Amino acid sequence: MQQQQWYIKLFPEQASTMALQVDLLYFYLIAITLFFTVLIVAAIIYFAVRYRETEKFATPKRIEGSLKLELSWSFIPFLISMSIFGWGAYLYFQLYRMPTDTMEFYAVGKQWMWKFQHPTGQREINELHVPIGRKIRLTMTTEDVLHDLFFPSFRTKADVVPGRYTYLWFEATLPGKYPIYCAEYCGLNHSGMGGWVYVMTQADYDKWLSGNAGLPPEQAGEQLFKNTYGCASCHTVDGSAGGRGPTMKDVFGKEVMLADNSKIVADENYIRESIEYPSAKIVAGHQAIMPTFKGQISAEQMNQLVAYIKTLSPPVAGSSGGSTNQNTRPTPTPTPATTTTPNNNQRGNQPPNR
Amino acid sequence: MNTESITAIETVGEAKTPELNYLNNGFSLKSWLLTRDHKRIAILYLLTVSAFFLLGGLFAMMIRLELLTPKSDLMNTGTYNKVFTQHGIIMVFFFLIPVVPAILGNFILPVMIGAKDLAFPRINLLSWYIYILGGTLTLWALAAGGVDTGWTFYVPYSSTFSNSYVMLAGLGIFINGFSSILTGLNFIVTVHTMRAPGMTWFRMPLFVWANYATSLVMILGTPVIAITVLLLALERAAKVGIFDPALGGDPILFQHLFWFYSHPAVYIMVLPAMGVISELIANFSRKPVFGYSFVAFSSLAIAVFGFLVWGHHMFVSGQSMYAGMVFSFLTMVVAVPSAIKVFNWAATLYQGSISYDTPMLYALGFIGLFLIGGLTGLFLGAMGLVVHLTDTYFVVAHFHYVMVGGTVLGYLGGLHLWWPKISGKMYPEGFGKLSALLVFVGFNLTFFPQFILGYMGMPRRYAAYDESLQVLNILSTAGASILGSGMFLPVIYLTWSFIAGEKAPANPWMLPGLEWQTSSPPPTENFHVTPTVDFEAYDFDHIGEKMEEAKEREKVA
Repeated sequence: MQQQQWYIKLFPEQASTMALQVDLLYFYLIAITLFFTVLIVAAIIYFAVRYRETEKFATPKRIEGSLKLELSWSFIPFLISMSIFGWGAYLYFQLYRMPTDTMEFYAVGKQWMWKFQHPTGQREINELHVPIGRKIRLTMTTEDVLHDLFFPSFRTKADVVPGRYTYLWFEATLPGKYPIYCAEYCGLNHSGMGGWVYVMTQADYDKWLSGNAGLPPEQAGEQLFKNTYGCASCHTVDGSAGGRGPTMKDVFGKEVMLADNSKIVADENYIRESIEYPSAKIVAGHQAIMPTFKGQISAEQMNQLVAYIKTLSPPVAGSSGGSTNQNTRPTPTPTPATTTTPNNNQRGNQPPNR
Repeated sequence: MNTESITAIETVGEAKTPELNYLNNGFSLKSWLLTRDHKRIAILYLLTVSAFFLLGGLFAMMIRLELLTPKSDLMNTGTYNKVFTQHGIIMVFFFLIPVVPAILGNFILPVMIGAKDLAFPRINLLSWYIYILGGTLTLWALAAGGVDTGWTFYVPYSSTFSNSYVMLAGLGIFINGFSSILTGLNFIVTVHTMRAPGMTWFRMPLFVWANYATSLVMILGTPVIAITVLLLALERAAKVGIFDPALGGDPILFQHLFWFYSHPAVYIMVLPAMGVISELIANFSRKPVFGYSFVAFSSLAIAVFGFLVWGHHMFVSGQSMYAGMVFSFLTMVVAVPSAIKVFNWAATLYQGSISYDTPMLYALGFIGLFLIGGLTGLFLGAMGLVVHLTDTYFVVAHFHYVMVGGTVLGYLGGLHLWWPKISGKMYPEGFGKLSALLVFVGFNLTFFPQFILGYMGMPRRYAAYDESLQVLNILSTAGASILGSGMFLPVIYLTWSFIAGEKAPANPWMLPGLEWQTSSPPPTENFHVTPTVDFEAYDFDHIGEKMEEAKEREKVA
């Protein structure tokens, strides 16, 4: 994208089944335009030179007109414009009539971002990963004003209208990264309401679907912890104190002393609750300053974070490896079980009442 | 009184300004602000419309300066949104719609048909005051903080989300519409009832046909935008659910109502300019327009069919596919009368005696630019292609080709053609030609790259864009500065010529129209004695005789 081009690109990549078709109609219209422009401009220049005045205020022969010419240059342009209409209408129905064997995606526009959802539940913001060679249908709406989802490389777009669903379909043919734009003025950040569509081979897409291009959950979780969500800015992972939040080392499976003098075993639920409702259980010696990540971290990503945090502690005996079941109570650790207060027991698996 | 008012074969150097003409018939402010003379009203429009044009042009320069760089760095995006909105509102409602009818139409149409004035002189003055009121309210909205909805005011952004001065600007536009309606009414009645004896419909100059057709559109179409703005105000102020789905309304209904006027509006903008071009081509080839009746009827056809194509602005908006088909078909049909005009103008040049005066240069430029603008309209009428092109810079390029390459060039050509009649002075020909050249070159450099930008996918109303598109944007901005200078020069040299230019005779180019058979500038009542018309339109064969007759006729005992 950033390499300097010595030429000026005239049209975007043809990355879908319809792109070439649309470009062909474009070329046809360019040809017609060129033909008539050259014809008329050449005629004007020729006449203007050939018949320039030789004597001031001369009076050339009066010519009224010619019915034959009028009819010809009415009828022939009409035929040409009808051909454009016919081809255009045919193409339009192909672009806008939804095919039947489609993968069902959803898109929601809102000021000023695009939210996408995959058939398998994956969500993306401003980015859309799609497999090549499959018909993708987007069922779309908007949460606020009119927007328009525009894929230049697929040569298609459609407005999203509040209060109803509109549809778009495409079948991508060329792997790569292509721009997405909002193409209906929507206010302050209209120019910034865009993103990228990533066309991938089916294999790559499947890998992507199962999470972060095939990284094992613990490594994916490390990425999320250290980069994506910035947990490392407050929580160290090597046991060093002094961070704004408690260190994550040797936490999992151990007892944690809370600020209200109760204790709880740090299990998967505790980790998850601390991320989504950080003020529910404050660790002793720390303040209630952690922001919530509720709604920002998908179920997939939560699993990966938990998996990673587990790696920072010695393995807990009896706990199922890579547990993804949020509601499983961990088996008790070999250390003497500390009774937790009845309060905590009741609230163990549920978010605090708000 | 006016024994020397016009001379038949006088050359430029021998001209004398008539003792009493419309310009020196009273110098007080009151004689101008309460005038009923259509010529003085045209001058009032000339000054105020030009002021709005300059303001709209300033906004355009701000847009192009921001777009020199890919990032939104010259102004914040909120300001940019206001700038392009205001550029659109001012240029569409306060420049393009009135420019040819209210300035050139007002001044020349009555003189061309041998009338003393328009049918309703007081209503004509009222039209100007309504324009001023509407313009003032809109400027107030701009000064108070601006509007950021786009000139198209789409809902629900404009009804529910925008925090800008939508109501105030809407009120200005609502009121301004009546200026249009009354002007149209005036023209229609004038053409029907005030033609000089002997001037049949088919002896009228084509400029009159063009303004007549435009007037039909003005009076039938403008009330629809008035209602639309009213409904929008009702929803915005009183939360009546018409357009916003959250209140039970339909946002696409707004688009139908808006475009039902705004599409015919573009024909209000271009038809009178086409009328000017007919005059210019005929006059500077010294032949009648080829296929006069076809050109006359094509104006009417465009006016009628122009009401049937509004849905071509809504192909991707959620409109039914079948409705889309009907609109696309009709859009193709409406292109044909315009094509007929272009062919007829070109044919007029054949075996003519062509001079390269400034007005002719504008006319020739118009034909080329309007051709490209009109043909790119076909791109946008082709449904399968327009899905990709909608809301991109391709559309921006298309409408600027027809609006600037069309209407503005037509206006400038007409202004130069009739300048001797309006001011009694000749404009400096060298500067005229220079400006025409600057406008033509600057215009193409500004807007041709935008076709490419559009196909590449650069959406319109964007303050920021992909880096790879910067070269094209820089070319466009460079062109805009050349275009701006070309359009600013006439302000200077026309004003100068008004004060210190060479005096113009009654008929500096020996043209056949009735307007040339009275003095430059004309007396307040246009003709001391109403002329009788016994010749066809564009009759170049008897000019000498006619000028002698006119000289006799205009002598007042």
